[in-house]
Amino acid sequence: MTQKTNIQSYITIQNNEIVLNGTSVFKIEPTDFADFSKQAYRNFDVQYPKFFKMDALSKLAFLGAELLLSPITSGEQENNIALVLANKSSSLDTDVKYQESISDQENYFPSPAVFVYTLPNICLGEISIRHQLKSENSFFIFDAFNTEFMSNYSNILLNSNKADVVLCGWVEFFNDDYKAFLCTISKEESTKYTNETINTLYNQ
Amino acid sequence: MCSFALQKLEMKEVFITETNCITPLGFDVKSNTEAILRGDSGIQLHEDLSLMPMPFYASVINTEKLNRAFEKISTDKKYSRLEKMMILALEPIIKNSGIELNSKTAFILSTTKGNVTALKEDSEESFNNAHLDVLAKNVSDFFGFQTQPIVVSNACVSGILAVSVAKRLIQSELYDNAFVIAGDEVSEFVLSGFNAFQAMSDLPCKPYSKNRTGVSLGEATAAVLVSAAATNAKVKVIGDSSINDANHISGPSRTGEGLYRSIQNALKEAQIEVDKIDYISAHGTATPFNDEMEAIALNRLGLQNVPINSLKGFYGHTLGASGLLETVISIESANQNLLFESKGFDEIGVSETINVIDKNEERNIDYFLKTASGFGGCNTAVVFEKVKHELH
Repeated sequence: MTQKTNIQSYITIQNNEIVLNGTSVFKIEPTDFADFSKQAYRNFDVQYPKFFKMDALSKLAFLGAELLLSPITSGEQENNIALVLANKSSSLDTDVKYQESISDQENYFPSPAVFVYTLPNICLGEISIRHQLKSENSFFIFDAFNTEFMSNYSNILLNSNKADVVLCGWVEFFNDDYKAFLCTISKEESTKYTNETINTLYNQ
Repeated sequence: MCSFALQKLEMKEVFITETNCITPLGFDVKSNTEAILRGDSGIQLHEDLSLMPMPFYASVINTEKLNRAFEKISTDKKYSRLEKMMILALEPIIKNSGIELNSKTAFILSTTKGNVTALKEDSEESFNNAHLDVLAKNVSDFFGFQTQPIVVSNACVSGILAVSVAKRLIQSELYDNAFVIAGDEVSEFVLSGFNAFQAMSDLPCKPYSKNRTGVSLGEATAAVLVSAAATNAKVKVIGDSSINDANHISGPSRTGEGLYRSIQNALKEAQIEVDKIDYISAHGTATPFNDEMEAIALNRLGLQNVPINSLKGFYGHTLGASGLLETVISIESANQNLLFESKGFDEIGVSETINVIDKNEERNIDYFLKTASGFGGCNTAVVFEKVKHELH
């Protein structure tokens, strides 16, 4: 009844390093995420000044999506690429910062620019705007990366023709601790990854 | 072999068979619809310095009443206010359904901010409780679900998106049943944020009206059982879609592109024409931009003459809960063949015509549409068909 789907490309971002399809493409000496993300942005010559307004979770998701989607999207045609991301800490890294801005009655400065990032799905919006994806998107929360659910849900979107490609993955950020694992999945044959699953690639 | 592969994929039917809600207007569906018919609103003026430095309008559940109701089902003191609201919404429908909580029964929790109030307290335990997976586990363990909770956190479309997720999971035969809960609380966190955005109304909100100035916030939980079994079905879920605007993270697209496409896709899947839709339960937050965007999207689709309401005038904007709460109320509307007034509406205040319901009215409702939109550019549309039961 349902067609087999295949992983087309994947990316991992953690420990000051970006690994694309199993190959390290960017690595620097240990530093904080703000510095790491800025250097990565420059290294790949991204040219998207809005990047610097994003919170850390959005920067992390954006960088991963940038390297996977830029080669396969074009401004000339519609790209029906669904976004299905998940994490453990939701937007808590920004939530805590926002809470600090309203905790002290004397120093009560709630900022709309911070508040808007107190939602985990904002990173989906950022990626959608960057790649002009008018497509399905949803953000899920699990205590750990539920590869089975994420892979099932992506397959449902592909097999019900709600999406041609799914960008699926885990984007976790809290207090400078981060890990992103993203992959593109579609019904197309994959020459590179025939037996690999999200689970085997994530745990590599 | 070939003919098998070419067979058209017949999608499994999916139904909503049980509903419930916990709101300032009542702790069951019946009391809520009665309050709506009387024209009651949960929105009141509050003066609470722990929530806002100035007085504000919001739709808030009485905590003592909540605690009294909760004590009837549990004496455990460990649950947060929101957890009590969620457990109270789920408890009767789980009991009524008689469904076994086995490996084929999913639990889907949807929320925008969950237990964010836990961040006010500076302790590790409290911080842990602010995690949405912990909230989901607390509620799940109360009932003894066997499957891992699925949390949907997609801003203000969360509640209705959760119905769509449930439908998709059941259609793919991963589950037979899914209990879906949606809930959000009025908190200092959210009040201050909407206020910083200058998105709060200084009077009870007035969706689609000329003099609307923004949202009134609210709190509620709503629960439904989404099932592959038609027994006791209230409605069938026949089409759904959630398309991003790809335009702005904190404002809707001026052309309503994401909502337009979401409705278009949902109708296409439902295989019905726009003229079949008898009623639209829309988002209608009462911010100038949101309501205008909805009117534009509906006109682009030819849905401008279909009776439409926003229930925000009764409940305020209950964030992630709103989509599911409004679905629960719409299901009542359809089953009673009654259109509920769009409370707070006076003079049309959107640039393109829409048919806002200005008083309760009898009307046959076979098909209806639920829509929602939110921060991050997200939109969701779901098409429902009323299930008619033959009288025996």
